[in-house]
Amino acid sequence: MIQEGRSSAALELREVIAEHHPEDELLREDRIPHIWCPGCGIGVAVTAYLEALKLAAPKIPLEKQVVVSGIGCTGRVAGYVSIDSYHTTHGRAIPFATGLKVANPELEITVFSGDGDLFAIGGNHFIHAARRNVDINVICVNNFNYGMTGGQVGPTTPEMAITTTSPYGNMEEGFNLPYLAAASGAVFVARWTTLHFRKLRDAILHAFSKRGFTFIEVIAPCPTSFGRPNELGQGLDEMEWYLQSCVIDHQANLKEIGLSMRKDSKIVVGNFLDIERPTFMDRYQEIIKRAKAQLSGR
Amino acid sequence: MGMNLIAKAEVEREAILAGTHFLSGDDACAEGAIAAGCRFFAGYPITPSSEIAERMARRLPQVGGVYLQMEDEIASMAAIIGASCAGAKAMTATSGPGFSLMQENIGLAFMTETPCVVVNVQRGGPSTGMPTLIGQADMMQVRFGSHGDYAVIAYAPASPQEMFDYTIKAFNMAERFRTPTFVMSDELIGHMLERVVIDPDKIKIINRKRPRVEPGERFWPFEPEADLVPPMALAGEGYRIHVTGLTHDERGYPAATEPEVQERMLERMLRKILDHREEIIEYEEVELEDAEIVLVAYGSTARAAMRALRLARERGLKVGMLRLITCWPFPDKKVAELRDAKIIVAEVNAGQMAREVERHARKPVYKVNRLGGEPIHPDEILRKIEEVAQR
Repeated sequence: MIQEGRSSAALELREVIAEHHPEDELLREDRIPHIWCPGCGIGVAVTAYLEALKLAAPKIPLEKQVVVSGIGCTGRVAGYVSIDSYHTTHGRAIPFATGLKVANPELEITVFSGDGDLFAIGGNHFIHAARRNVDINVICVNNFNYGMTGGQVGPTTPEMAITTTSPYGNMEEGFNLPYLAAASGAVFVARWTTLHFRKLRDAILHAFSKRGFTFIEVIAPCPTSFGRPNELGQGLDEMEWYLQSCVIDHQANLKEIGLSMRKDSKIVVGNFLDIERPTFMDRYQEIIKRAKAQLSGR
Repeated sequence: MGMNLIAKAEVEREAILAGTHFLSGDDACAEGAIAAGCRFFAGYPITPSSEIAERMARRLPQVGGVYLQMEDEIASMAAIIGASCAGAKAMTATSGPGFSLMQENIGLAFMTETPCVVVNVQRGGPSTGMPTLIGQADMMQVRFGSHGDYAVIAYAPASPQEMFDYTIKAFNMAERFRTPTFVMSDELIGHMLERVVIDPDKIKIINRKRPRVEPGERFWPFEPEADLVPPMALAGEGYRIHVTGLTHDERGYPAATEPEVQERMLERMLRKILDHREEIIEYEEVELEDAEIVLVAYGSTARAAMRALRLARERGLKVGMLRLITCWPFPDKKVAELRDAKIIVAEVNAGQMAREVERHARKPVYKVNRLGGEPIHPDEILRKIEEVAQR
């Protein structure tokens, strides 16, 4: 692998040869390099997912792990992970994953997609899958804009943020995703940023072990499309911002953790909700029993 | 756990509603699906197809299957593709407005070569149109409704018995060619009650081809065999496949900026269906031998055409009929053979399949049309036959 580095004096090419990348086993190496920009947070979220896959492997073999994506920058995750992976249509990863899970409940299915995909075009599917408590995991990389199409305003763009289609500032309020997920019926709800790598990895690992619909929001920098117009600096600067403004509060009142562009505002992160309730398939077993009883009683 | 919906090699006999029954077309369709091994249905209520969903909701749990009522038809279509990727035989049923919503994911099913069945019990359109009344105006939408170039297999059953038989056939062709297939019914057939005879011994089932190598060996999920159809690996088997709606190569890897891959892959996907036209195409020929006038009709309209044919024959007119069973692929060769006759195409739309008949007969045809809401009466067709006979 060749990396370019900048010295303080002048640009120089520095070669770093690595025989083996720690995540090689779980990446489709022949698909690398990936499409993501320098400073993008998606890679961190993917690495956390891959680490969680490895840690979970003694209990959940890799051949039972499936990743499903929609469309967009985060939608490309499915294409790089070397497990069974499905890259579907825009917004439809969740209903696709629902069919996959119901047809084979042994699969551990993670929908990995972006904020626009999951909460604008796919918003209806999200709330209904959570309501049904379909046993799938949803990881949303929230970078507050449509990165792949050039940085347009989206359903999580904070009020007054500048994007290519909100050039005078976003007049709408963005969704508060953990609040939405909890209200819709998710059994596990967390929010972390790409700064909180271990917390994120552990939350994903916990989501694997949960029966039911889990949701993890990953706040991530998009220096190219969102950082630039909003003067957030490079990816590293945004990580710095997370460091200054993040507050870990597992007991937070979800109603009050919406995100804002104000520099003095706090980003509340944590594992907010962890409950149990019967899954869709749990309930369906009972339906099958009733149907068969009625049939034999005839 | 333990339970899954992965299709077995053979359908359990006790699941099949054997015997002679008095069934609506919609109910017969649901029973056909179950007899074909369908164990997953995702749908959204819509007139005049709701009875299919209702019967599936009652029947699927009895046979260990799952009925899932989705939030809309977009989700329904996505869910059946997902279920099929896990190995289930999966179906949805809808009518015009829902069929419109399904179009994008129908393209996904074609592009990812995922077998599944979509039933459209057609009603009057466009838009909300005439929900409770007949239409046959989605015949071009089924062919061209999703974006991009693709090929479809679509049946137009003309009775509850055919709703049963051709729902099974639709599953078989979906599995055989790894592609979405369609049952293009109409309100009249969906709601008509007739005798349906179900003999499990006569039901033939085709299942998709599976990988011929073990997981871990070299396996490319979109590498075709001689019949142009690639064997299908299921999620969870260990083949570590990637499946995408992007233009992809034989490995399944995106090649969205490589026109030569698009040419190679898409041409193969079109040819896997079109090169097997003769295997797929079905039609019924009625008294064509001496026919000077040929009626072309399908679905419920073919029943009125049949009556008109009888009345015309009683009057000494040499009338025959070509009843389309597969509308797509279109029976182009058969229609080309009819070009010496005068052709009348009857259908409940403004002339959709008539254009296709004209294209292959290479001459104008006479038309009997209604725009929806009412079936075509045999007398209307008879009047057209008499008018054409004078020319």
